[in-house]
Amino acid sequence: MAEITLAKAVNQAIAEEMRRDETIFLIGEDVAEAGTPFKVLSGLVEEFGPERIIDTPISEPGFVGIAVGAAMTGSRPIVDLMFGDFLFLVMDQLCNQAAKTHYMSGGKLTVPMVLRTNLGATRRSAAQHSQSLHTLVAHIPGLKVALPSSAYEAKGLMKTAIRDDNPVVIFEDKLMYNDKAEVPDTEYLIEFGRAEIVRPGRDITLIGTSSMVQVALGAAETLAREGISAEVIDPRTIVPLDEDTILDSVRRTSRAIVIDEGHRSYGVTAEIASRIGEKAFYHLDAPVQRMGAMDVPVPFSPALEDLTVPTAEQVAERARLCVRGEVFDAA
Amino acid sequence: MTADPKTNRQGYLRMYRQMVRIRVFEDNANQLYLAAKMPGLTHMYSGQEAVAVGICEALRVDDKITSTHRGHGHCVAKGAEFRPMFCELLGKAEGYCRGKGGSMHIADQDNGNLGANAIVGGSAGIATGAALSARRAGRDDVTVCFFGDGALGQGLLYEVMNMAALWRLPVIYACENNLYGEYTRVEEMAAGELTARAEAFGIEAHRVDGQDVLAVNRLAQDLVERARKGEGPFFVQLDTYRYHGHHVGDINRGYYRSKDEEALWKSERDPIANFGRWLSEQGIAGADDLAAIDAEERGAAEEAVAYAEAAAYPDAGEVAMHVHAQTPALRAL
Repeated sequence: MAEITLAKAVNQAIAEEMRRDETIFLIGEDVAEAGTPFKVLSGLVEEFGPERIIDTPISEPGFVGIAVGAAMTGSRPIVDLMFGDFLFLVMDQLCNQAAKTHYMSGGKLTVPMVLRTNLGATRRSAAQHSQSLHTLVAHIPGLKVALPSSAYEAKGLMKTAIRDDNPVVIFEDKLMYNDKAEVPDTEYLIEFGRAEIVRPGRDITLIGTSSMVQVALGAAETLAREGISAEVIDPRTIVPLDEDTILDSVRRTSRAIVIDEGHRSYGVTAEIASRIGEKAFYHLDAPVQRMGAMDVPVPFSPALEDLTVPTAEQVAERARLCVRGEVFDAA
Repeated sequence: MTADPKTNRQGYLRMYRQMVRIRVFEDNANQLYLAAKMPGLTHMYSGQEAVAVGICEALRVDDKITSTHRGHGHCVAKGAEFRPMFCELLGKAEGYCRGKGGSMHIADQDNGNLGANAIVGGSAGIATGAALSARRAGRDDVTVCFFGDGALGQGLLYEVMNMAALWRLPVIYACENNLYGEYTRVEEMAAGELTARAEAFGIEAHRVDGQDVLAVNRLAQDLVERARKGEGPFFVQLDTYRYHGHHVGDINRGYYRSKDEEALWKSERDPIANFGRWLSEQGIAGADDLAAIDAEERGAAEEAVAYAEAAAYPDAGEVAMHVHAQTPALRAL
């Protein structure tokens, strides 16, 4: 086992897959010599050359569209979308073209491409470089959506994404690129649709995605000192979603909080909470709680921005209310 | 195809037959709509046959095309069969896309048709990506991106033409200027010369009479072979005319174009009639030969319509199929 950063894990995953499969290429803005603004891809162009690590003009719809066409004709492109916020620019190519091609063609055409991008606020980057927009693509049938929460997951999920025959959107938390975790020395993949019980517990289930897994673990640590045993679940992919692991956990603990950095309304937390409500209602001892980013554009000022994202303290406090049976109007 | 008709009778007759096939396909599709037998609407290619046929007759089976909402012509010209096409139009299981795509999404990958596209300009990226794929894989296939004058309003086209020019990709942007984007004349929507758009990127641009299948084919053969050799990309403006409205339900068109204009194109610039006359003048085919082709293809279309009408709808179990491709179990490490 070696301890590496999340950025290095992504880099390793891509390099390993590109060595294995000649049909893979990577395309995006400043991906070659620059290695992206986050330096995640540094060194790849030196190994694979500019024919496989392709710098593009600042034309997001254009290079996503090119990736779709390449994927339909024998290539396996990895698209680098510099910021998750730029998803709005590429929605037609991603959601009307890539997502629907297999279905619309009656299964004849496939689009094996990966779009890697990022999410996460509190980087003081203001409203157009801080959004967590995975809900938007999770809503569209035909796409798969992965949300790694550690270097270990980032590597295993990326490798699986590259081998998947569908368009996969993978969101890395841009604040976690320097976070380290142990990664096996031998090759491994992480299966999609398999949630991970990151920390077992008895009294309440905390379902966290991406950066919110750390927040949930922080809350669980605090709660443990108070005698409250919280189970933390990381879905790892929200499409496909491992509903069984979540429901099994909630049936055991009888309480749940869903935490995700997307906006609170109409998002991932609503989806997971409603599935728990539909399928585990009679096992519940408290209303299922949802915690997400405030429904405001992400503000620039640190004094304001930090208010918009759930913290471990807030999660712990909400959990206490659930366990004590004191959730009446938590919103 | 060489310039000497006497050495290439079969090639010319094939072009004639392919244009007739498109015309009779559309006539039957329109009838299906008028008889309320077709779900939804469709967009007729009639009048533009020389564009699709002139270009596709210069392509190999493994060359790719991307098509548009007005795509039946491209589909037929690239080699599709009537039965699965009509089945697709009627939403039947034997359609090219098992009834899931319909008129606006027919794809026929065995013949290199990567699919029609209901987003105007939406396939420009796909075509350019297909060309990138070919070059990366060391293949010499060429991709033709068909789009209408209306797509010139879409930014995607300019983004990918820029990249195609930077990377010298084997793609040909075929702009079918049928004079109207939906219900508005091209002059009201596109400033400047159409070809100048491509020239701004350093892309060699041509303009050709899209009603003259020989002129289209000659140009296409030249450009396809040059693109194969790495001299692409290219842009072609093909001046043409759609006989029907924007879609089959667009009947009262007086507010945007005159009946006289429509009559003029049909009587003097019809690509099939004019090419048929040329074939006769050259002694390549007599009126009887051409009438026989017309009758054969009309019969084939009618037979295919009857087949499609009787064909089965997809089983309800198919509704959730093909959302995701089944990835072979994660390959052994």
